[in-house]
Amino acid sequence: MIRGRDPLREPVRFIDERTGAAPLLVKALRYLFPDHWSFLLGEVALYAFVVLVATGIYLALFFEPSLADTVYTGPYAPLQGVPMSEAYRSAVDLSLSVDAGLLMRQTHHWAADVFVAAVVLHLLRIFFTGAYRRPRELTYLIGLAMLFTALLEGYLGYSLVDDLLSGMGLAIGYSVALSLPLIGGNLGLLIWGAPFPGDPQFESRMYITHVLLLPALIGVLLAAHLTLVAARHHTQFPREPEQTNRRLIGVPTFPGQTPRSLGLMAAVAALLFGLGGLVQINPIWLWGPYETGLGTNGAQPDWYLGWLIGGLRLMPGFDVTIGDYTLIPNPFWGGVLFPLVVLVVLVAFPWIERRLTGDRGVHNVLDRPRDAPRRTAFGLGFLTWVGMIFVAGSADRATVFFGLDYEAQIKVYRVAVWVLPALVFLVARRICRELQRAEEIERAREAAEAEARLASR
Amino acid sequence: MRLRGWMIALLALFGMARRRRPQRQPRERIVAAGQPDPRAELIAIGLLLLAAAAAVAFVVFYALGFSTQALGGTLAGALALIAAALILAAKRLVVSEQLPGEYPEPEPEQQEALAQIVEESGSRLTRKRLLGLAAGAAGGSLGAALVAPAASLGPLFDTSSLYTTPWRRGRRLIDEAGRPMLAADIETDVFYSAFPEGASKDALGAPLVLVRLDPAALRLPAGREDWAPGGILAFSKICTHAGCAIALYRTPTFAPTQPAPALVCPCHYSTFDPARGAAVTFGPAGRPLPQLPLMVDGAGALRAAGNYSGAVGPGWSGVRSEPPA
Repeated sequence: MIRGRDPLREPVRFIDERTGAAPLLVKALRYLFPDHWSFLLGEVALYAFVVLVATGIYLALFFEPSLADTVYTGPYAPLQGVPMSEAYRSAVDLSLSVDAGLLMRQTHHWAADVFVAAVVLHLLRIFFTGAYRRPRELTYLIGLAMLFTALLEGYLGYSLVDDLLSGMGLAIGYSVALSLPLIGGNLGLLIWGAPFPGDPQFESRMYITHVLLLPALIGVLLAAHLTLVAARHHTQFPREPEQTNRRLIGVPTFPGQTPRSLGLMAAVAALLFGLGGLVQINPIWLWGPYETGLGTNGAQPDWYLGWLIGGLRLMPGFDVTIGDYTLIPNPFWGGVLFPLVVLVVLVAFPWIERRLTGDRGVHNVLDRPRDAPRRTAFGLGFLTWVGMIFVAGSADRATVFFGLDYEAQIKVYRVAVWVLPALVFLVARRICRELQRAEEIERAREAAEAEARLASR
Repeated sequence: MRLRGWMIALLALFGMARRRRPQRQPRERIVAAGQPDPRAELIAIGLLLLAAAAAVAFVVFYALGFSTQALGGTLAGALALIAAALILAAKRLVVSEQLPGEYPEPEPEQQEALAQIVEESGSRLTRKRLLGLAAGAAGGSLGAALVAPAASLGPLFDTSSLYTTPWRRGRRLIDEAGRPMLAADIETDVFYSAFPEGASKDALGAPLVLVRLDPAALRLPAGREDWAPGGILAFSKICTHAGCAIALYRTPTFAPTQPAPALVCPCHYSTFDPARGAAVTFGPAGRPLPQLPLMVDGAGALRAAGNYSGAVGPGWSGVRSEPPA
């Protein structure tokens, strides 16, 4: 062996002498990942975020965030001669005139939809297995902060384009801002700079928020989230008797987990670029530019804002007034209070549960949903509540496709969003308890059989 | 004699050499040894080469200006092949052992040390609470000072601009193409958009919906008797719920099950009855659409006879109060 020429040990020595990183790296390489498919949902979100950043940077090289007037002269005949903003013109050009531009824009849009979907599925996994419990409450809260930041980030993303749907979405956002009691009018004017559609600077404000402020915030939260995960280690399902709150079993980062994780990254990227290349999403050139006096029927937001549309649509028509003075305009209920309630319930849940169950212990071992019937039942009921409101947001589509009476549907939903969650709660709790009981019986039977075998010997 | 001497010397050397070279123990492995799987290796190599080919195809297609589908297909293909190779490697080519480990335990001594350091560091301070308050005041005020310039973003206290509309008594109504709208051209069962002549179409107060109803069927609020010449009604086109443009006009020929005529917003389906001054009949809107009084000039063109009956667009706290003079 020739000392100092080893292609592996030489760089290792070089780096360790200058950074002292070897102990840390050894620890990182031998960090253990407990094995379960559902643990990959968070990774899917992470890799979708990587694709979002990469494609987003590409888009930013072409997009012009300006509401200055221009006239379209590009190759798309239906828009030729149409006056529009530079923002919309550059987004159409990016889609139709820049090679690979449409691929990148559609992949970016798909990646946003998949990102939020993966985060929500990840949240459901965390919730229904009790992974948010001590000592991981902070990891959970940071995750929630990321989810709600991502919703705003996605909304700003499709609002930037200044097509017809962007404008309709912004009008609703403006109305929701205005609906905040007492400060709404001031806040709306502050953000938009002037009454809707606002000062032209508003586009720049959205742009810096979408491409810098919120992505940086998500990046910082992401780093904190992953740091905390690593600091307290992953949770685990109790599949082997050795898996306890003090000892875990898992696959080390290297070599075991590395090809899995990188494979997942490549698979997520393949899915997103495949969707971006093959499945059309938000064909902005069809919508045309936005004017305040224009609207289109059947407009739906990206899926992750569907619950808010439902909340806005289900509210009966009233403003809270004192004499001639409006205190709370209607969009407050569906656009502010509803998401706020959802956020507060999710944030407070670990502490509420701790209060109700009296369980303050450390939990590194996960529950199966049936192991905590009340949590599972509450979670499913809550999910049904939000889900029903989400579905109610598509009642107009049911009118178009199935001929159902719109107003009758809304009246049914107004009752169903309260009744169905209660039913789901009761049924889910019952199912969990029955499953537990069946397992108890099974265990008793096995014990009795073992005893019988011993006795017959 | 010489031979014996040589042999002793050799043995001694050999012994010394053996003693000098430490016994080479088989080094303890960190990663368990695994069975080679040449077939899987070959497949992985094949997948990686195919991925390279797909990536090259992407570049070629890009250079030749091929379709988005071709670009997306090749790029996704390359990534999918790499994913397949990596997953194969995870399953068959790397040692993938389940190892035991320990969860980190909290360290009470370190926690105590931390608390102690902070606690003991304040031994020279006698007015801790007052100092804390002063520091809080400095920090809070400085924070507020740094945030204050954000007030330049928009009019912070003056919300009177929310009431502005471009409509004045005598201003003509024009259509999308800029032509004056003539009262004689307005038919029943048709939905018209109108804009103020000589003003921006973009302000929330600008766009109108125009419908003509049988004058005998009108049940307008008191004081609007002459607002609808010949049954022609003009309302703000912007929904009082969430600011979308009213885009649906339900007339008796449409859905027979639902009351008509009605103006409907496509965003959240607030529904307004034009015959009753656009009162809300369904949906989340809390206020009627503001009505614009109309008059017909000598040339038969429609003109505004004043300003709206109320504030235009989505509500805010105080929207119903009188607009500032």
